[in-house]
Amino acid sequence: MKHTDSDSASTDGGFSFDAGESQIEVTRSERIRTFLRQYVYEPAIIAWDDWRTRIGGVLVLVYLLMGTLGVVLYPVPTSNQVPRNLQPFESMEAPLGSNQQGIDILGQAIHATPDMLLMVLAGAVWATAIAVIVGTVAGYKGGRVDRAVTTFSDVMMSIPGLPFVMVIAFIYQPTNPLVIGPLIMVNYWAGLGRSIRSQVLTLREESYVEASRAMGVDTWKILTKDIIPSMMPFVLVNFAFAARYVVFAAVGLYYLGVLPTGLGNWGLQLDRAYNDYSALVGTGQEYLIVVPLVFIMLFGLALVLLAQGLDRLFNPRVRTRLSGESEADITEDDDAVSKGAM
Amino acid sequence: MRFYVERTLRAIFTVWMAMTITFGLIRLIPSGPIEQMRVQIVRTNPQLTPAQVQSRLQDRAERLNLNLDAPIHEQYIDYMLGLVQGDFGMSFQESEPVAQVLGEALPWTMFYVTTATVMVFAVAVVWGAVLAYKEGSLFDSASSSVSILASTIPSYVLAFILLLVFSYKLGWLPARGKTSPLMQADIASMTFLVDAFKHSILLIASVFLTQVGLQVLAMRGNSIQILGEDYVRVARLRGLADRRIATRYVARNAILPLYTGFLTLIGFNLGASIVLEQVFRYQGIGWYMFLGLENRDYPLVMGTFLVYTLALVIAVFVADLTYSRVDPRVKQGDKSEAY
Repeated sequence: MKHTDSDSASTDGGFSFDAGESQIEVTRSERIRTFLRQYVYEPAIIAWDDWRTRIGGVLVLVYLLMGTLGVVLYPVPTSNQVPRNLQPFESMEAPLGSNQQGIDILGQAIHATPDMLLMVLAGAVWATAIAVIVGTVAGYKGGRVDRAVTTFSDVMMSIPGLPFVMVIAFIYQPTNPLVIGPLIMVNYWAGLGRSIRSQVLTLREESYVEASRAMGVDTWKILTKDIIPSMMPFVLVNFAFAARYVVFAAVGLYYLGVLPTGLGNWGLQLDRAYNDYSALVGTGQEYLIVVPLVFIMLFGLALVLLAQGLDRLFNPRVRTRLSGESEADITEDDDAVSKGAM
Repeated sequence: MRFYVERTLRAIFTVWMAMTITFGLIRLIPSGPIEQMRVQIVRTNPQLTPAQVQSRLQDRAERLNLNLDAPIHEQYIDYMLGLVQGDFGMSFQESEPVAQVLGEALPWTMFYVTTATVMVFAVAVVWGAVLAYKEGSLFDSASSSVSILASTIPSYVLAFILLLVFSYKLGWLPARGKTSPLMQADIASMTFLVDAFKHSILLIASVFLTQVGLQVLAMRGNSIQILGEDYVRVARLRGLADRRIATRYVARNAILPLYTGFLTLIGFNLGASIVLEQVFRYQGIGWYMFLGLENRDYPLVMGTFLVYTLALVIAVFVADLTYSRVDPRVKQGDKSEAY
């Protein structure tokens, strides 16, 4: 079929390639129900089955609650709100202790969460979105477009990320977390884009993509309907890793004092504790460092577990091998091979 | 041949772009560094006349290799020529050429970053491959869990824990500096080498322990995938020795996807060294970047950024050239047609 024929084929009412135009009437509520079942209920059940996604999901939920409800319910940290130098679990006024200025450590950590969440969300969304666009276009179009895009992302990859971000942050002094997030990811997309590109390179040779191409479906539609959906698992996993990188980098930037100190941050807490209060030097105030450490660790843990769990959820190779199905496959194939040989 | 020319051109292009970025950041942004320095001069010395302020500002700009009176394109050319000749300007605080400060610091940073990164890959390749063969065993799930746990913190956060345990509680390893105070830097002396090594152990450990886990898992995943490939089955059927299959057929192909990760990892480790060196008060280039940021020492900050870029570009370049030997497909380039 030629490129121009496809239009007439879909308009003459005979046969249509578009599955959306099926004859059966579907009410809106039915459609919503199918959608929920397919994209929310079933994945949730499978996800809950795996301990990684379960723990990771619950932890992320805890951080989300902390960033929304916790901030409203828990008092804002200020100087001398509680007695100074309280040890953890010493008094319910400051459950995890207080520092030399009488600031509640737990309050500080909780009130740092919302900005962190915004940063993580903005940064990870931005980086994965750019990577998906760049990777799919380069991988699918191939040729000159691919060359240009790949060279550009290679150049971006060989500019060291964190120093680059620091130089920019140092001069611009951004204060909005929605700006800081994407800024941290300023060249993170390059590496991810490259691995998405190599996935697309194999995907575009798949027969169903070739079929679409032969039918004359336009490139944009092939990308959005055929290619990107089958990469979603990979993208989601990398979204979680991107989020983890934002957390790590933001903590580092705040620790060094590159970003303005107006916003509370776990990195800032570490900085105060280590550089101002000398919390490690046998003063018995190690908890000043340990509390923000635990907050960073658990957040990182949540994201990595989620990424690992999602990988398992979507990756049929890992999944079948784990449930022992692939072993059976191999023996069957072996039989087939030996029969064929005879 | 074309491959080598292309890679060389790309390396040069990257460095040129980094240089241009620094120039643009210093010179082209409204209320950028030059304006900020002017404000700072006026604030600290309110009695100065505008002409005096301008001449002080010019003094500072000269340390950045900039002549504020010249037209902007001449400034750009002069600036770039200076950088090409290895002149990164004069540090405001150290009163020394930035190139000299960083030249002394760079080997220290490169030493522990490359040691740690190479260790990460050596261990990940071996351990990941072993896990792939023992998949589903207790050893596998234990290793995988530990790997995940270790990768949930950045190196500089683990650094605090290691410092607390090994330096402050146990007192086994020094907590700060790249050598003991008063230690003579003499590469031939054993005491110096041992001392320097002792000071770098915690840095290497921080980087290694937080990164090896994810690489082990990646290697394990790749190996599992390749173990299921047809050519491995054919190799088995041909009766090849297991060892030969494991090294030639499986490991070699499983390592390839780690390569891009290796590049990003070197870059990430170089970047993270700024925070890590601040924690350990380790006077590598990251430490000077931190000093520059803290004192608003623009020549030092820009110089360090360029040195980081150079280091990474060279690392990528070397890795590219060696990689083309491992995977011959790279050299042929991508011949796929455009759609």
